[in-house]
Amino acid sequence: MTKVTMTVNGKAVSKEVSGNTLMTEFLRDELHLTGTHVGCDTSQCGACVIHVDGKSVKACTMFAAEAEGASVATIEGMANADGSLSVIQQAFQDHHGLQCGFCTPGMVMTAAALLKENPKPSEHEVRDYLEGNICRCTGYHNIVKAILAASGQDVSGIAAE
Amino acid sequence: MPKDHGIGASQKRREDVRFLTGAGQYTDDINTYGQTYCVFLRSDVAHGTINSLDTSDAEAMPGVVRIFTGKDFEGIGGLPCGWQVTDKHGEPMKEPAHPVLAQGKVRHVGDPIAAVVAESLEEARNAAEAIVYDIAELPAVVDMKAALEAGAAKVHDDLSDNLCYDWQFGSDQAAIDEAFSSAAHVTTLELVNNRLVANPMEPRVALGEYNRANDESTLYTTSQNPHVIRLLMGAFVLGIPEHKLRVVAPDVGGGFGTKIFHYAEEAFVTFASRQINRPVKWTSTRSEAFMSDAHGRDHVTKIELALDADNNFIGLRTDTLANMGAYLSTFSSSVPTWLHGTLMAGNYKTPAIQVNVKAVFTNTVPVDAYRGAGRPEATFQLERLVDKAARELGVDPIALRRQNFIDSFPYATPVAVEYDTGDYTATMDKLEEMIDREGFAARRKESEAKGKLRGLGINCYIEACGIAPSNLVGQLGARAGLYDAATVRVNATGSISVMVGAHSHGQGHETAFPQVVAEMLGIDESMIDIVHGDSSKIPFGMGTYGSRSLAVCGSAMVRATEKIINKAKKIAGHLLEASDADIELKDGQFTVAGTDKSVAWGDVTLAAYVPHNYPLEDIEPGLEETAFYDPANFTYPSGAYACELELDPETGRVTIERFAAADDFGNVVNPMIVEGQVHGGLAQGIGQALLENCVYDENGQLLSASYMDYAMPRAEDVPFYMVDHSCATPCTHNPLGVKGCGEAGAIGSPPAVVNAVIDALHSGGYTHVEHIDMPVSPHRVWKAMQG
Repeated sequence: MTKVTMTVNGKAVSKEVSGNTLMTEFLRDELHLTGTHVGCDTSQCGACVIHVDGKSVKACTMFAAEAEGASVATIEGMANADGSLSVIQQAFQDHHGLQCGFCTPGMVMTAAALLKENPKPSEHEVRDYLEGNICRCTGYHNIVKAILAASGQDVSGIAAE
Repeated sequence: MPKDHGIGASQKRREDVRFLTGAGQYTDDINTYGQTYCVFLRSDVAHGTINSLDTSDAEAMPGVVRIFTGKDFEGIGGLPCGWQVTDKHGEPMKEPAHPVLAQGKVRHVGDPIAAVVAESLEEARNAAEAIVYDIAELPAVVDMKAALEAGAAKVHDDLSDNLCYDWQFGSDQAAIDEAFSSAAHVTTLELVNNRLVANPMEPRVALGEYNRANDESTLYTTSQNPHVIRLLMGAFVLGIPEHKLRVVAPDVGGGFGTKIFHYAEEAFVTFASRQINRPVKWTSTRSEAFMSDAHGRDHVTKIELALDADNNFIGLRTDTLANMGAYLSTFSSSVPTWLHGTLMAGNYKTPAIQVNVKAVFTNTVPVDAYRGAGRPEATFQLERLVDKAARELGVDPIALRRQNFIDSFPYATPVAVEYDTGDYTATMDKLEEMIDREGFAARRKESEAKGKLRGLGINCYIEACGIAPSNLVGQLGARAGLYDAATVRVNATGSISVMVGAHSHGQGHETAFPQVVAEMLGIDESMIDIVHGDSSKIPFGMGTYGSRSLAVCGSAMVRATEKIINKAKKIAGHLLEASDADIELKDGQFTVAGTDKSVAWGDVTLAAYVPHNYPLEDIEPGLEETAFYDPANFTYPSGAYACELELDPETGRVTIERFAAADDFGNVVNPMIVEGQVHGGLAQGIGQALLENCVYDENGQLLSASYMDYAMPRAEDVPFYMVDHSCATPCTHNPLGVKGCGEAGAIGSPPAVVNAVIDALHSGGYTHVEHIDMPVSPHRVWKAMQG
């Protein structure tokens, strides 16, 4: 067992973990942050995307021990301080960018990383950036639309959601 | 001005807040005190005899609580099939045993052999690897034609062969023979409807818990229909009376059909938790899902269309081989028969139709309903065939369809269903406008200037949804009724809980269902909550599949709300000293007609629960009503779809440029949700047409068992879609006039894509290409181009 210390959603966390504990297991089982989902076992689906030191990471691809000293953000930390939905979360609700909700945390975390890197992405850039996130419900239409809307772009010309 | 309230309003979804903040509660998010973890040892061969199975070393591993094998399930029921099909000779289908854990033989890769229950997941995994076993591999049957040949290896030794049933349906032989012998033209097509894996993003999970104090079991499971699981597992597998069995399906991360069925893992964790008196949890990995979730489609078909000299359709004949896999999954037998054969008329007034289906056992994962279930297979055959006929006859494919459209309703087809309403010309008109057919020639020129080919593919579809009238499906072999139920519980202060049998796993029931009740009562949606997914809280309902939630369960909810209104009017009449016949309900206010005397909704509900001034001699206190609704007929959504794509003749790569869907869903409660349902269906249909394929090798090894090999559609594979549902002909036999929208996108889109590919190739002079099987990959296109 190794002791790891990190900040998760702004709170200091310190736990004993074994060397092979994945970040997904650490978040879900140790911290009970079950918003980070596991949809595959080959790092393809993106349901487990979190931010580590500001960069989007598939939490199934790293060990908890690798996050020593890091600042970690998960879906549970994405709302505004007063509990209201953040701009990206609100855009997903406004434009029906989710159905079953299982891929949604990963989509929101990926969208947040995209808009940080590229505040006004084109439709093509959004679709390209979502390459590592699979959604089976929405056909992506309203996810792409929500992300474009969250970036402040006019989406009224896109077919209605 | 769009409505912001009640039926027809695009209300934002209330469930989104928990899903967007990580507060959803999916089955894997549930952990209970004393919980153990279960890992299955699964067969790595497609067919074999288990010569030995030694768990003694594994049992001694750290953390192991107990290891179960087939021996533990001797004398315990197998997984039942819910639909008995009768073959063309009047014989019942062959129904082999489907054990929870293998009994001496394994029949597909992934068949569970043993299950380890341990203190942690890691310990369970390690112990499963330490089980020593010897399986003598037997020849496997994978290809359906080969499976039916004399001398083929048998999937089930106790059956005479691998034929589950040989089913025939529709017009009599003389009518079919007459149509084909008098035909001026016959178009024939052979095609494959590719095997798919549903792949909801949440893998299946089952958590069994036993309370010895009251002998009650609880199963938390990723299900579309908790009561169906309770009935099947309790009555047919484990023999647990229903009042001692609770099934909970909490937030479920997508279903698409594959979470309808009762699975071995559900029975196992429930059984094992009773044996060890501790909770047992199983969480599927994605790799496991590929080899244990029921697959979809997998039909091989020859279809023939007879036309007269005026291009009228006069006869249709199909021969289909349908893969059942190694065992009969819950509704597997009904998919290629009653959910497929009955749809073969499509949108056309073909007078003679005969459908032949041979269902075949193979050493593959069981095949069952996947979004559309039988209806996509019917639509794909028919709409590819009509396109080919138009090409052979040198006529416009849209004109040929229009000429043969059913144009008066109700219409009884030769395949036993009666369409109540529809307007196929209207949806086709709308589609042509949406896709800008007029502008296609110019867009094609632009593509050609870039060295690309451009194709436009169109098709129609009809589906039978709102499954289904119980007396009808009972005659057809269903072993269950297919009604649904709702309880409307009005609380003293006027808020309402509606307990429904339907289950929401992405469909937005928690938002849309209150819109219906709010409209009827004239109160705000915020006063109404939907309760679903827990057999201890809801009335006995059949769940969500076959685009049935609103058409069937929504109708039950309407009936229960009508009962509430009737009773509330009696209470209001008493309070207002008027006859209840004179009471009108509008905007949450009960008024004596023609007067200004009124009482508010909340006054009436309070009186019902504090009955100090109340007609106790006439009616009971309280305000809670239940209704069961059994539909009089299926509903028949229909529409027309168009796909416009570019094809790169250098590589065979296809890029979808435009996709339009004009649907008739009847009345619509929440347009935003309906359009979202269509979008999702379109992506699944486009995925089937261009990307997805579940592949076995000749030994029955599953080659596409992860997202590295099974090509799921991603954001860059699909365009923004154009969808419309304005051509509405309301359903005539349910109180909401709704038809269902969940499956349309997946049913209607594959033929549009393939028709467009063929159109593109013909425009480039590749006129020898008559058909390409799905998925239409660059390799397949390029190969077809080379002849």
